[in-house]
Amino acid sequence: MNTPVRRFVRISEIERREIRVWIDGRLTKALEGDTLLVALLSNTGHLRHSEFSDGVRSGFCLMGACQDCWVRDEQGQRLRACSTPAHEGMRILTSAQEAEWANLA
Amino acid sequence: MGQPRIVIVGAGPAGVRAAQALVERGIRPVLVDESRRDGGQIYRRQPEGFRRPYTKLYGSEANKAEALHRSFELLRDRIDWHAETLAWNVESNRLHVVQAGQAQVLPFDALIVCSGATDRLMPVPGWDLAGCYSMGAAQISLKSQACSIGQRVVFMGSGPLLYLVASQYVAAGAQVEAVLDTSASSLRVRALPRLAARPAVLLNGLKLVASLRLAGVRLMTGIKPVEITGSPREGVTGIRVCDGRGREHLFKCDAVALGYHLRSEAQIADIAKCEFHFDAGSRQWLPRIDEDGRSSVRGIYLAGDGVRLAGADGAEASGRLAALACMADLNMSCSQPEVAELRAKLRTMERFRQGLLQAFPWPHQAAAELPDNTVVCRCEVVTAGELRTTVSELGASEINRAKALCRVGMGRCQGRYCGHAAAEIVAHAAKIPVEQVGRIRSQGPVKPFPISTIAAGGAK
Repeated sequence: MNTPVRRFVRISEIERREIRVWIDGRLTKALEGDTLLVALLSNTGHLRHSEFSDGVRSGFCLMGACQDCWVRDEQGQRLRACSTPAHEGMRILTSAQEAEWANLA
Repeated sequence: MGQPRIVIVGAGPAGVRAAQALVERGIRPVLVDESRRDGGQIYRRQPEGFRRPYTKLYGSEANKAEALHRSFELLRDRIDWHAETLAWNVESNRLHVVQAGQAQVLPFDALIVCSGATDRLMPVPGWDLAGCYSMGAAQISLKSQACSIGQRVVFMGSGPLLYLVASQYVAAGAQVEAVLDTSASSLRVRALPRLAARPAVLLNGLKLVASLRLAGVRLMTGIKPVEITGSPREGVTGIRVCDGRGREHLFKCDAVALGYHLRSEAQIADIAKCEFHFDAGSRQWLPRIDEDGRSSVRGIYLAGDGVRLAGADGAEASGRLAALACMADLNMSCSQPEVAELRAKLRTMERFRQGLLQAFPWPHQAAAELPDNTVVCRCEVVTAGELRTTVSELGASEINRAKALCRVGMGRCQGRYCGHAAAEIVAHAAKIPVEQVGRIRSQGPVKPFPISTIAAGGAK
């Protein structure tokens, strides 16, 4: 089965300005004031692939303590999604190369 | 002597009240916090542009949250405020921080550490699946981002947050499938005399449970977690538990909020070489402090949930008291009646804390019963079986030794989320009391950042 279309559900505060975020090359919509984690998880089911081959991950603590929500932008810059504000035009990759080479081992 | 240089770590209830006490006496402290805004986790502020009122965000604690935020705003021009600043190391009167990718050193005469707490976790098979979050995470997504962590959410664990966060979800209109508490309701009855130390808080808790019942949420107490079901690609699809009579129940859901009360974030105190002691009631190691918050290291003061889990009200009192102690040690006179009043307040908090421990105990026996293939370390996927083998075949009955040999607690969270359970597993496998297993030693940096930050930033 595939990863769910989205993980997080917006409950309120939906009258904010829309921003565009690209996830693995796909154009998605998020809202101004979203953390990067919320921008991603309201459009997809995961943030990254565990480098220890046990599947996809979607963050855990949301307070900058567990480091489970690291993603990369297309320049290769590592971002902690829960504490990074999302902004217009961000281009994010959820399958970073470091995960792939580790999984080849 | 010029102005004493006082640095405060953490802008939650303890840190803000400490800063306020110093400012009242004409001191301009430095206040650092990793977040963008003040408030800490408990009174975390929503981003600019969000419109929910205080009553909606903080419920019965709205007035306290607002008062703390207002106090901070009044202090803001009278302190050196460093937002988005990670305090990552400390050595002889110098605090090392990273702010916007730049390393800095903040020299101090006194350091007041108000580093707060994170969720305390007991593993369960499947807790590494996408869609399983800490209890605190579930609350943050709602409070700070107006999101539910899933379409259908199950709350499992024990402690006051279990009921608080579940009821906040219900009030916000999110779909709560069940609230599953590992603690038996009889324990809560027995804890009543101690919990009555703070009648208003107790009443509030009872109201939360009543509101969940009224909303028709399935509540179970005295359960044993069996597994979070799902698949590596899809994430969480359900949760399976046993009730008190050993019957199994399956709840379908796409998200689980998991947590067993809290653990102190005591890494800075540890790196500063503060003495720790084993708190038998909570089965966790905590920095040793005197009644007013002095650590065993001269010039280092500890307050709030980072040293003793007394909650937000306790944090406000202990933050202020630590600042008063700090000023007394700098030969500035303090109001003795106020000191006495704060101490009395904290004794009440301590009695209540003992009640919470009795009502919602850390289910340490569960560690012994975890199947061998259960992931204990989510970061590096170390299983309970691997950890037990490290004890039985390599003789590692001390947690740092076990960590070195099987990497439990060595991953990106640095043992925050597996450390307590790992110690319980080692203790059981080695047949020794958990305090003999010791505690994972903290090391700087307390959180990861690129090495280029200090290589280029001239941290020396």
